Amino acid sequence: MQTTSEQTLQPLIACHECDLLQRQPAATYDSTIVCHRCRAVLYRDIPDSVEHVIALSIAGLILFVVANIFPFLAFEVGNQSTQTTLFTGVRALYVQGIWPLSGLIFFTCILAPSLQLLLMLYIFIPIKFGKLARYTKPAFRTLRHIQNWNMIEVFMIGILVALVKLTKMADIVPGIAMWSFVVLIFVVTGAASSVDGRIVWRQLENSK
Amino acid sequence: MKQGQSALSTSMTGCHTCNQVVRVQPEYHHHTLLCPRCGDRLHPRIHHSLLITWMLVCLAFVFYIPANILPMTRVVGLGQIQEDTIMSGVIYFIQSGSWYIGMVIFIASVFVPMLKLGLLIYLLISVRRKSQWRPRERTRIYRITELIGRWSMVDIYVVTILVALVNLGVIADIDAGPAALYFAAVVILTIFAAKSFDPRLIWDNIEPELEPEQPSRS
Repeated sequence: MQTTSEQTLQPLIACHECDLLQRQPAATYDSTIVCHRCRAVLYRDIPDSVEHVIALSIAGLILFVVANIFPFLAFEVGNQSTQTTLFTGVRALYVQGIWPLSGLIFFTCILAPSLQLLLMLYIFIPIKFGKLARYTKPAFRTLRHIQNWNMIEVFMIGILVALVKLTKMADIVPGIAMWSFVVLIFVVTGAASSVDGRIVWRQLENSK
Repeated sequence: MKQGQSALSTSMTGCHTCNQVVRVQPEYHHHTLLCPRCGDRLHPRIHHSLLITWMLVCLAFVFYIPANILPMTRVVGLGQIQEDTIMSGVIYFIQSGSWYIGMVIFIASVFVPMLKLGLLIYLLISVRRKSQWRPRERTRIYRITELIGRWSMVDIYVVTILVALVNLGVIADIDAGPAALYFAAVVILTIFAAKSFDPRLIWDNIEPELEPEQPSRS
């Protein structure tokens, strides 16, 4: 049976911001495809997407562990000194009885970034070897919904402001966790923007 | 396929997670629809988008009042207690010479939430009035509201770090004030407000133009 030329062309895509139906252009290399009408980014063609995601996610996970184990800042007044890690901040708020706030910070600065990194590895390491993880679909949905709640770059600005505020009261010594945190921001952003969902769905259709 | 048509007008919808285009008859639009490929929920249009966004925006305004009146931090040092609201904190920074930090707090805690709420209200009214005016620019405004909201969290994080660090008993102690909670609520409400606004509604009022159907490359 002869198919119409319309159906054999590239698949359809509906813009998520203006709903315009349009045809996906033929495969491209290293380019960003934007909606013809509203200029929203429809998707990106990223060379070596899977390798980038895996490499950056592993680096991110290491940095994340370092950023959470070592102290962020040390605060010294006279001979008294306190050190803080990300988690002691969360706990201090919890102890004060402001648990909604402590939960919010735990979610946006600890849970969301770590889950984001782990989900990217869970989805893309099997894909690298031509397989598909069992819960790829729910993992990908969770990844898409959780990455808006990763706010570590905002937290970083918060640290800088707190630093300036406290230098008048005491000596502040930035710790090793602080530097790994700065690098982590770039690594996580790089990993997230290298994710190309179409690779996942192509793999899904091949493995049927 | 005719040119310049929305997915909705041809009884289709695109999945926001995996971009699959799915055929959905209009009578099923308000049902719970799942994408056949990735299993995420499909929204041909976000149900009651304008109503929900209006409610969240109004609630954010209500919470913004105690967030500004009540103290954000309470500093206890050498028998003295000093309470700071958002604005008095900004003024303190400007007066003590670090005006750039004052500006960061002002932009993050006062300017950004107000700008975001203002832009959302403008978008809500423009959609309700079926405005034809520059849909591309209004979509850009929507993208701005989505992007800037998170930066309001700065002051919440500053308070957390101060509380965690400064806990030296007699010498000095910093507690989080009740405003921190209200302000966090404002930020979360505005983030959900931007999420519940459906930018496709802007384009539903625009007459379809005859345009080439290929998306452009850049």
